[in-house]
Amino acid sequence: MNSPLSTQPESVSENQIRYLKAHRRHHHMVSLFRLLLVVLFFGLWELAARKEWIDVFFFSSPGDIVRYLYQMLIDYSFFTNTGITLLETIVSFLLVTLLSLLVATLLWYVSSLAEILEPYLVVLNSLPKSALAPLLIVWLGTGTNTIIVAGISVAVFGSIINLYTGFCQSDPEMLKLIYTLGGNRRDALLKVILPGSVPLILSNMKVNIGLALVGVIIGEFLAARRGLGYLIIYGSQVFKRNAEMIEMNIRTVILYPTLLSYIHVSYPLYYN
Amino acid sequence: MLQRDHLFEWRTIYQNVILGLELNHTLTQQNREYVLKLLADYGLAAFKDKKPSELSGGMRQRAALIRTMAIHPDLLLLDEPFSALDSQTRLNVSADIAQIIRQTDKTAVLITHDLSEAITLADRVLVLSKRPAIIKCEMPIHYEIDRHDPMAIRNTPEYQQYFNHLWEVLTNEQSVIHAT
Repeated sequence: MNSPLSTQPESVSENQIRYLKAHRRHHHMVSLFRLLLVVLFFGLWELAARKEWIDVFFFSSPGDIVRYLYQMLIDYSFFTNTGITLLETIVSFLLVTLLSLLVATLLWYVSSLAEILEPYLVVLNSLPKSALAPLLIVWLGTGTNTIIVAGISVAVFGSIINLYTGFCQSDPEMLKLIYTLGGNRRDALLKVILPGSVPLILSNMKVNIGLALVGVIIGEFLAARRGLGYLIIYGSQVFKRNAEMIEMNIRTVILYPTLLSYIHVSYPLYYN
Repeated sequence: MLQRDHLFEWRTIYQNVILGLELNHTLTQQNREYVLKLLADYGLAAFKDKKPSELSGGMRQRAALIRTMAIHPDLLLLDEPFSALDSQTRLNVSADIAQIIRQTDKTAVLITHDLSEAITLADRVLVLSKRPAIIKCEMPIHYEIDRHDPMAIRNTPEYQQYFNHLWEVLTNEQSVIHAT
């Protein structure tokens, strides 16, 4: 099914075949150039480092990064650091999802509460969360709790606002239908608002994963002895560019696909 | 019944038509069987486990009618239920739905802007004036032939008379408004 050529019926005209070939060639070209771009980038970087066009002390080099990564793999610090960040991110992501769903539902249910709290939510959402982190350390100590709360604090308010707005935009005629058939507000919530908002909730979760990760890294900057955020801070303090660079690569190469695949797996469960 | 069918995409046709029963907490075995019978009678039995998007516009309106009928209402209120359908489907579906309602012996109030729809389906046509709406004219409808075939009715002399009369009543109103 994925390749248009594989499901080709017997009677395909000359022009159709030509079109399909051109279509496939186009896709191959796109993938090729994507790959080429990566190779070119790292190749140039390595070349520039070896020829001393750039200062390796400030810019590092792909070779150094690979060596550093290898060393981290050997002493398992790669797995402990990535694992702890992944775990903290997942915990705060799940809590954000749960918490924002609960609060948004409550706000929809009690609309006067929503009116009262709306300005506070906007203010809390625009609060610089990194400024909150030192306070969290004082309140909760330096540990996993602080980091998870930091992760939650970055994502939760935006998520509540987003979900609540989405709930309010449900088709009023569908609600009218529920009421004419003899349902009450609770029925409207359970039979229209929540099931109708599944696409919204999932897209909201996608955003939350990214934000929870950012929050966890901020937390780790200040209150951790392990994790990717700790590696960044440690790396920048001892001028180990490799550590910082590696963190960015880990994040893009491992964390995002892992977390996003969770969403992609869960999505068809609702829509198939 | 509303202009759009509002079948919920996250429920199957069967789950959609029992919505009213769920809300009234009357989802008894007897009512379930009644709903299944309605689905079978109106040609939707094979589609009961399909999602609404897999059905045609006419089938969706029939499903919406079954959803309304399932709760045994005393009175049906149909607010321009066919306005979202194309004209050919509209003829067939409106004839079907009128037939269904006649068989169950329920009173139905149908709101429509379509003159021929009003005089082919109804036993009684009430013409409302512009705001403030008052009943301007009441017209009992009677045909010699069976109502089943929408095209046969449109070819009868009574149909022509009713149509002309209704047209006159409505155009009069417009001319009054233009005069003021």
